[in-house]
Order: sequence, then structure tokens, then C-alpha cells
Amino acid sequence: MALLDSITSAADVLRPSAHAILPLDKWIQSAVREWLVPVMRPTFRAMQWPVAKVMDGLEAVLLGVPFILLLVLAGWVAWRAKGAWLSAFTVASLLLLEWLGLWAATMVTFAMILTAVAFCLVIGIPLGILSARSDMWERALRPLLDIMQTIPSFVYLVPIVMLFGVGMVPAVIATIIFALPPLVRLTNLGIRQVNRELVEAGRAFGSTPRQILWEIQLPLAMRTIMTGVNQTLMLALSMAVIGALIGAGGLGLTVYTGLGRLDVGYATIGGLGIVLMAIILDRITEAFGSGDAARRRRKRK
Amino acid sequence: MTEGTAPETATPPRIRAASVSKLFGGNRAEARRLIGEGLDKVEILRRTGCTIAVNDISFDVAAGEIFVVMGLSGSGKSTLVRCLNRLLTPDAGRVEIDGEDICAADDDRLRALRLEKITMVFQHFALLPHRTVAENAAYGLKMRGMTPAARREKAHQALEAVGLLPWADRLPSDLSGGMQQRVGLARALALDPEILLMDEPFGALDPLIRQDMQHELIELQARHRTTIIFITHDLNEALTLGDRVAVMKDGRFSQVGTPSEIVLAPADDYVSAFTREIDRARVLPVSAALRGSMVEGAESLPGVPADTRLSAVLGQLGQGPLRVVGRDGALKGVVTAADAAAIAAPPGKG
Repeated sequence: MALLDSITSAADVLRPSAHAILPLDKWIQSAVREWLVPVMRPTFRAMQWPVAKVMDGLEAVLLGVPFILLLVLAGWVAWRAKGAWLSAFTVASLLLLEWLGLWAATMVTFAMILTAVAFCLVIGIPLGILSARSDMWERALRPLLDIMQTIPSFVYLVPIVMLFGVGMVPAVIATIIFALPPLVRLTNLGIRQVNRELVEAGRAFGSTPRQILWEIQLPLAMRTIMTGVNQTLMLALSMAVIGALIGAGGLGLTVYTGLGRLDVGYATIGGLGIVLMAIILDRITEAFGSGDAARRRRKRK
Repeated sequence: MTEGTAPETATPPRIRAASVSKLFGGNRAEARRLIGEGLDKVEILRRTGCTIAVNDISFDVAAGEIFVVMGLSGSGKSTLVRCLNRLLTPDAGRVEIDGEDICAADDDRLRALRLEKITMVFQHFALLPHRTVAENAAYGLKMRGMTPAARREKAHQALEAVGLLPWADRLPSDLSGGMQQRVGLARALALDPEILLMDEPFGALDPLIRQDMQHELIELQARHRTTIIFITHDLNEALTLGDRVAVMKDGRFSQVGTPSEIVLAPADDYVSAFTREIDRARVLPVSAALRGSMVEGAESLPGVPADTRLSAVLGQLGQGPLRVVGRDGALKGVVTAADAAAIAAPPGKG
């Protein structure tokens, strides 16, 4: 036994932690605190401005418009997209949420999601196009997207709070980071999957690269891109509760508050709101993506 | 016949390819140097990792000619045709269109060439599935910057020429393969091109549709005198359509010649392996079976033009010899059933 013990303790000499702990966490802490935050804070504060504008505008509109008008509008959009069943489901769900006293919270969450998705579109589609057109861009973006998708969102909540403060806008920014990757990936994939012969035909008929993009690649990639939009939307919704941790309102806050008070009922109705919203938005965007909506329109003509 | 020169013509060639080579992959600069040293394809692949798709090919095509490049898959024929409108840029050599070196053309000039002069028909049609037949036919016109009304009218004319006007507002997916390729043809013809590149245009079609399309192409060509470069893997098709045929193998031309020359005097074993299976009567013109000596009383015999295919007169020959006349009506000679049978018989059997 003594022999075994001495072998074990001799082997422990090889363990680096027996001598010192690598203080990587301290280094990151000081790098973020002493460099990133003081130096970059003004830049990040400025970046907040467009997000805040869009978010505030949307929230004001959604909360300002009469309830009944939004209800009719939502029913109409669902009907155009998929038909009577989805329309009925949408109207019933929204009525239920209103009845539960969650209308304002639903609209706040909806405004957050729309803002995040709008910025994802503006950033993600051009990045997707870039990486479809150049292997170098694709190689450069891929690890970044991998990190954005795999890193737990709790990890970047702290630096986001340090850089942007707390509130709605930082929550939207965290949502953008989390929801962006599938759109970039699927835009890239959609364009790369367009039949090579078609792109070649575009060139053979005197098209510029820009014309090939608009006339051939984007229309043919649209289905895949819409799948990306759908995925982005769903990811954004899934951030609603996490956003509440850093000061976002809406349905996420309902869930978070319920959690804090150990009020299962309150947390559940908040969660129900998020689920209903997810189902409605998923079905509508899926219908537009698969071309169902366009087919229905053509049939009616 | 010397390899690759256009037959008896004083006008400059519409297309001239001079020592064109195209490589893929690997160390191309090194491969180019080794080609210069005269190393062969296999050795260059081993040393540089480069595949030589087109290897030092030269040929001229006269205005109004149908020049067919026939080869199996991997022979480099599709690569070659893409060098002619610079969808691919040759690694060595020159391509001239009406004397202009297109390898030196910048992007704007290339686009202009493709819109004004040289256009293309693709194997799998390459139609835009989200656009109507008329919009597809008008694609090149749109790229030219024509107004919607003007290009619609022009596209309709082109669709009429291929018999598809009633389908103008349908989507390509509503059409059969043969009809889709007619749209591809209409898209090219709408530009009134001087040169038409056709990359295995009928390769994806059923045999019967294919024959119809071949005949229509011959008629269209007779009307417009378009210069056509036609790619195919089917020797029958090559011999039916081609004024001249180039047989391509491993990035080189094995033989270039008229259909009769290919069939009657194959340059090597590779070419003769192909021609053995050919229905020679359908390929050879009656002039190929001409007897050297005149028959008594030839003037009274029924006359046929010299370029008529033998298969078309076999029935008539059963009733007696025919008088063969040139385009100007002058007597060229006499053909008999025995002569025709002798020349149409597969080699080795007669």
C-alpha cells in the first residue's frame, strides 16, 4: 500500500494544478474590465442607438394600435399564409392571451423578436451572400458562427451587461447574437445549392455578377433563406426568458417573475404565451417559405 | 485534308482556336511549363496534379458552318466549348471571334460579345423555374436593357419560331423536356446570334424527340445561316448535323473532317471503332458512291442532288441508276445500286 501511495504522489507531480492554477479566468476578467469595457464602451453604446430606435418604434406602434385591429390583422395574415385553420388558431390564441391579462407583455415580446429578427436579416443575409460568393469569407465566418451557436448565452450575458447596461436593448442585442447564425448559414447554403448550369447560363447571357445574384441566385435560394428566417425567429423567441435576466420585459419577464416567486401558475401562463406565439410565427413563416402562400395567391387569381 | 482548317473558303473564319489548352486543379503554372517541354498528359498529372481537359487544340470554323465536336464524357468537349465564349478562360492559346482575341477582352466587352454575337444552349436547359416561358426566352434581351414591351414581343417571335407561342405564359415545369429545350433555343435565338454554342443540347431528350429536334435545327440553320458549334457524345447525331465533325479524345482531336471523311477514312482505331456501328447509308451523300466512268445515256436518268443522303435514294436505286448533279445542275456522275451497296456496307464485310 505504501508503495502504491508513493507512486500516486509521485505521479501527482505531473499534474500542473499541484503547482499552480492557470489564472485564465482572471486574465479574461481583467482584459474585459480594464480594456474592452472602458475602451469600447462608447462604440457599443453608439451601436445601441439604431436597435433602440427600432425597438421603441415597434413597441409604441404595437401597444398603440387598438387591440381589435391587431387581432383582425393577425387573423388575415395567418389566413393568407396558410388558410382558415391557422387563422382561427391565431385569433383564438391572441384572445386567450388578452383574457389572461398578458396582451401588453405579448406585444412587448413581439416587438423584441421583430427587432432582433429585422437586424438579423440586415446583417445575416449580406453575410450569407458574402460567404456564398467567396470561400475565404466562408472560412472566416464559420468558426465565428460556431462560437455564436455553441457558447451558452449565459456566458455572454455578463459582458453584454458591462458594455450595454441592462434593459430591453441589451436583451435584443443578446438575442441577435444568438439568433443570427442559422440565417447566415442557410443563406450561404441556399445560394451555393443553386444549379451551376443556371449560373453559367446567366453568365453566358451577359449577366453581371449582381444581375446573377438578383435574377437567379436569390430567387432560387429563397426557400432555403426563408427556412433560415424561420429558424432565426424561433431562436429569438427562445431567448425571451433569458433576456428577462438582463432586464427585458414582456412574456419572458412573466416567466422570470413567476420563477422568482415560486408562482408556478404565473410562470406557466407566461410560458404558454411564448409557446402560442412560437407556433403562430413558425406556421406563418414556414408557409411563406415553402411557397404555400404564393400558390394560394396564384390559385385565387 | 490538313487538320482543322475550314474547307475551301476565302472569307476569314468566324471562330479560330489556336493551340487552346485548359487545365484544372494542381500547379497550373508548372503544368504549363511542362506542356511547353512536350511532356504527356499522364506525366504532367503525376508531377503537378493538373488535369489537362483541353490539350493544344486548333481549329477554324467558317461563317454558316455547323461544326460538331463529338466525344465521350471526360474527353474535354464541354470544356472546349466553354473556352469559346470564355465561360472558361484558356490557360494557353488564343480564341478569336471574327478576328478579335476574346482572351484579351475585359468583362464589359465579354458581356457585349455574349449579348450580341455568341450565345449558348445548355444540356439540361438551364431555364429559370420561377419565370414563365416568355420571361425565360426574354432573359438575354432583359440583360441587353430592352424595355419590357419590346423584349416581350421579341421573345414571342422567338417562341413562335420554335412553335411554343401558346405556352408563353406557362412555367417551364409545365413543359416536357423537348419543349423546355425549345425554350432554351428560343432564348438563344431571340438575341439573333451569329454564333450558337450548343453543349449536348439534345443529350437529355428521348430518341424520337431528339430526331425531331435535329431536323428542326437543320431547318433553322438553313434559314438563319447561324454558325453552330455543336457538342455531342453521339456519333450518329454528329454525322447527321455536322458540315464537319471533330472526334475528341483525352483533350485532343483524333480527327477533323466531313462526315464522309470520318466514315470512309477514319484516322485511327479510336475513330474507326465508333464508325463501325454507324448506318453508313444515312450518313454518306450519293456523291460518295459516284462511279468514275460515265454510263451511256446518263442524260435520260432521273437526277438527284450530290449532297442527298444515300439512304434517301436506296428505293429509287432499286429501279435503276441515278444521275448525280451538283448545286448548279451540272452532271457529276452516275450512281448504281451496286455502288451504293458497296460503299454503305460496313468495313470488313464487303
